[in-house]
Amino acid sequence: MTSASETWVALSALQHLLFCERQAALIHVEQLWREDVRTATGRLLHERVDLPGHDARPGRRVERAVRLGCERLRLVGRADLVEYHPDATSPTGWRPYPVEVKRAKRKSLEADSVQLCAQALCLEEMHGVAVPEGALFHVAQHRRQVVMLDARLRARTEEAVARMHELLARGHVPVVARAPKCESCSLEPLCMPHVTAGQRRASDHLRRMVELVDPETVS
Amino acid sequence: MTTALNTLFITVEGTRLNKEGERVVVTVKDEKKAEVPLRHLRSVVCLTRAWMTPELLESCVEAGIHVSFFGVTGRFLARVEGLPGGNVLLRREQYRAADDGGRTLAIARAMVVGKVSNARQFVLHAKRDAAAEQVPSLEDAARRLAEHLRAVGRAEELEQVRGLEGIAARDYFEAFPGLLKGGARRFGFDGRNRRPPRDPLNALLSFGYALLAQDCAGALAGVGLDPAVGFLHEDRPGRLSLALDLMEELRAPVVDRLVFSLVNRGQLKPEDFKEEAAGAVMLRDEARKAFLVAYQAAKQVEVQHVFLGQQTSWGLVPHLQALLLARTLRGELDGYPPFAVR
Ligand code: SF4
Repeated sequence: MTSASETWVALSALQHLLFCERQAALIHVEQLWREDVRTATGRLLHERVDLPGHDARPGRRVERAVRLGCERLRLVGRADLVEYHPDATSPTGWRPYPVEVKRAKRKSLEADSVQLCAQALCLEEMHGVAVPEGALFHVAQHRRQVVMLDARLRARTEEAVARMHELLARGHVPVVARAPKCESCSLEPLCMPHVTAGQRRASDHLRRMVELVDPETVS
Repeated sequence: MTTALNTLFITVEGTRLNKEGERVVVTVKDEKKAEVPLRHLRSVVCLTRAWMTPELLESCVEAGIHVSFFGVTGRFLARVEGLPGGNVLLRREQYRAADDGGRTLAIARAMVVGKVSNARQFVLHAKRDAAAEQVPSLEDAARRLAEHLRAVGRAEELEQVRGLEGIAARDYFEAFPGLLKGGARRFGFDGRNRRPPRDPLNALLSFGYALLAQDCAGALAGVGLDPAVGFLHEDRPGRLSLALDLMEELRAPVVDRLVFSLVNRGQLKPEDFKEEAAGAVMLRDEARKAFLVAYQAAKQVEVQHVFLGQQTSWGLVPHLQALLLARTLRGELDGYPPFAVR
């Protein structure tokens, strides 16, 4: 693979992808709403979240907004928070422990776990140590949920990365049917799912204009 | 859509804009005049000589806020934009479509259908409260526009579409004097002239179209399209052809309607204009301000988007149409659906 043909998948894209492939493509292929996405990300990165009790444990280090990358999967991005736990069984003497901070109510456990797992895959490659476990921290409930990064989750994560690579490489924005989740989708105004799903609508609309059909009389 | 379509207009000569924290600070002669949070802004329009710090410009570019500069006569000078938004693949598709006669014809035809249809609706609306003696000429104009509309729908050649567009525009502007009421008749109007505008009505139209063109260009760039490569308007250096294309369907319902409501209600009077030695007419500063305020207010007005089947505001219409055009180019729609005024 030459560097010119390389595409990189953003860590954040995986969550989008698991929520909706079209959303992931609109944001990462079409780069719509880039300013909103970026300002939102910026806000999140600047806002510190206190994780009670965590800084207190002896020898434990907490790093925020950690830049991550995985050459093997061509995956790049940032982790909100990575803890480094002392661990005698690790060749380096400590073990990275990603913590994904969730501010909103949980949308999908799978999406969050995949995101976390992707961070772990980056950390494993960067530090050369195994990362068997991480956690989701739910700000609203003030709750920490441990996630085991098992083989199934790793496979699911790599599959998501591969699919995102495919969408990026083809520059493809899939058309998907309108679904209940569209209601909660921040991209809905740009996606217009009710329009793209229906097929001959635009030419009907034009014909009505030409034939001077009052749109109010047509359903 | 959560975006408040806020535009910061700079009309006082010598205004300085700088950035403090996440806010734009507007200063005139060392006196702080206003503070606007960056995230509330969509564009900054400088209508007179203004200074902007590089820090602010950088933040605007980063946040996708378009900055445009106009000369004191209202002539568009430049817009500052960062790396184009959106997707290079979409722009390539736009260029391919622009090079493809069939696709160009289909899009240009749809745009002219939008333009003529909305012009006709505008005339019909105006007819409702026109003086009795004006009604026949307005009816006549509406009938001719309907004929042109049908002809556009059947047109099989791009040149034919462009020709019909020109004829329809002429018929439409011929009906203009009939739209003036009472005191506003003093304005006079003898067809459309623009370079330079030679009567107050033309000066207002030119100014309004310049503003609308910038809004359209911003909307197109915002979805990743190249505002300079058009379908109805041929490419020409220095011209935002696609912005002009997109503007066609919105001229009458946005700008013309605003212009007529301002002059018919007496909010702008012939005294608000000055004539230069050679006959060019321009708005006096106060009138420019009044027009800008009214233009911004008009963007907040709610309107039904027939194709999308939802309420929106006039200000968002260019953005929605730009999105629909992008969808058309990507093949997600079977044609470009122009904005339709009821
Ligand atoms: S509106 Fe629906 S289809 Fe569109 S991106 Fe969102 S979830 Fe996906």
